[in-house]
Amino acid sequence: MTNEAVLTATNIVKELGSGAGKVRALKGVDLSLVRGELTLLMGPSGSGKTTLLSILGCIMTPTAGAVSVDGTSTDGRSPDELAVLRRDHIGFIFQSYNLFPTLSALENVRIALDVRGQKGYEAARRCEDVLRQVGLGNRLRNFPGNLSGGEQQRVAVARAIVSSPSIVLADEPTAALDSENGHAVMELLARIAHEQDRSVLAVTHDPRTLPYADRVVRIEDGLIVGEERRPEGLDAPEITDLTKRRKAHA
Amino acid sequence: MIFTLAFRNLFHDRVRLMVTLVGILFSIVLVAVQLGLYLGASRMITANIDHANADLWVMPFGAKSFEDGGLLMGARERHQALATPGVERVTPLIVRFSEWRKPAGGSTRVVVVGTDAEDGAVKPLSLDYGTWEDIKAPDAIAVDRTYLKDLGVEGVGGTAQIGPSRVKVRALTDGVRSFTQSPYVYTPLSRARQLVGVQGTDLATFHLVKAYDGVDIEEVRKELLSRLEGAEVLTTAEFRQRSLSQWLFRTGAGVALIGGALLGILVGTVIVAQTLYSSTKDHLNEFATLRALGSSSGYIHKVILTQAGLSAVIGYILGMLLALLVVLASQSTPLPIVMTPLLALGLFSVTLFMCAISAVSAIVKVTKIDPATVFSR
Repeated sequence: MTNEAVLTATNIVKELGSGAGKVRALKGVDLSLVRGELTLLMGPSGSGKTTLLSILGCIMTPTAGAVSVDGTSTDGRSPDELAVLRRDHIGFIFQSYNLFPTLSALENVRIALDVRGQKGYEAARRCEDVLRQVGLGNRLRNFPGNLSGGEQQRVAVARAIVSSPSIVLADEPTAALDSENGHAVMELLARIAHEQDRSVLAVTHDPRTLPYADRVVRIEDGLIVGEERRPEGLDAPEITDLTKRRKAHA
Repeated sequence: MIFTLAFRNLFHDRVRLMVTLVGILFSIVLVAVQLGLYLGASRMITANIDHANADLWVMPFGAKSFEDGGLLMGARERHQALATPGVERVTPLIVRFSEWRKPAGGSTRVVVVGTDAEDGAVKPLSLDYGTWEDIKAPDAIAVDRTYLKDLGVEGVGGTAQIGPSRVKVRALTDGVRSFTQSPYVYTPLSRARQLVGVQGTDLATFHLVKAYDGVDIEEVRKELLSRLEGAEVLTTAEFRQRSLSQWLFRTGAGVALIGGALLGILVGTVIVAQTLYSSTKDHLNEFATLRALGSSSGYIHKVILTQAGLSAVIGYILGMLLALLVVLASQSTPLPIVMTPLLALGLFSVTLFMCAISAVSAIVKVTKIDPATVFSR
């Protein structure tokens, strides 16, 4: 593991809605992600988890604060420039898999390379390799409708990592899966972080995911309220530094 | 992958695909028929002009078309034209509406075209039976097969009466239709004068002027105009345009045909736009996923445009097959539909354009996609 920060968010504020309906979803969040680490972002519904994930993934822009991806600031970038940042540095895994129902497993992964302009035989081979890595070597030609939920999520994982991004962001990756498949996917994410030296952040409220985390960040009411890190040699994270950081300017 | 995704999106919902294809098919057939009729009508209107061996047409002032040449001109104009420098030959031509009395009773209007073929004027087009020599026989005329029934004769050897004279069908043309639906009756010049009631005169509806090779036609025209009072001198192209303008636009027929074609394009565009828009709406989450994966907006636009292009190609092939059947079926009618390679190519361009325009609403929709919606499912 290298302790190099690949994604840094500083004092992130996000306001949603307008006028009387305006809501401050994030109230000054600081977070940085390093390579080789699986981080869980946990918190109750409405705590701002997904909003933070969207901002970290350059899908949403913050109302205030700064985000830096692999040393590149997102400040003032156009939607197309943010798309390029996502394309070059970030892989996404979604709660509902978001696979293309009309494309096979292999094609679903290939499209992630296609949008990056990587086509042809080499790209196809790379996709097959990645699908084999996630245990779907025998399901390449299957369409999402013919795959189980766990298999679909593994296709989504393959799609997220096929372009070798430094950051993988997962939104509730186990929420739609049964226990066995949930564990399989978390194991896969942990392997991606540790063996491929990527930074993986998973938003979740599923306690089954805890044993796989190197670090757990807790968010409540738009603020980071705690951070737990797994000590060396332990199987599960243990609270090592719980910092209640309710910001005064909430 | 763009093609694969577009193709699969298109064929994923078969019902919607059918609606799209029916829209394009309907549009293509309608446009093909309307423009084919327009082309067919244009050819009918100008066929005699196009087949005349003339550089310039001398006609009474205000002549509207080939069939409607107005007052007859005398020999004076012909002699003045012949005396004009640069003129090689001047051929008189009679074109007049006349009454055809059927042998079994009843009558119909015909257009008598009187010409001496050896003078190099208008020849009966596409003689299908008989020769020009046959038409020079006493009472002989040539008519088109298409109008035999309307004329009340069965074919060669059939007799009827035009004006005061008896005529006998000695030759037949094939495919020489008349836009006015009054059949052309081809006969030598002297008999034509007799049939239209100006026998024994040198009167003519038009004088067809042939200039010497290498002579400036415009100079000849200027000279002719200075010599001929009360007459107009038009080039073949101008006379062609005037005849087209008279029958297609002053009568409103051409406007109706072009209007029908535009309506076809409009209806097709609306149907394709509606189905493409609804398809895009259905796949919005997938497009948002593509955007979240980092695709450029151009990539997504290409998917939609490819979908539109595929619809266009499939719809065009089916539409053209049906249109060709309609064209084939119309060949024995008085107003045949014409399909040319250029028209087929034009229709393909129109179809592509129509589908590209139809994609605009879908592209606008997809441009507004918020990739954050991928987290709200």
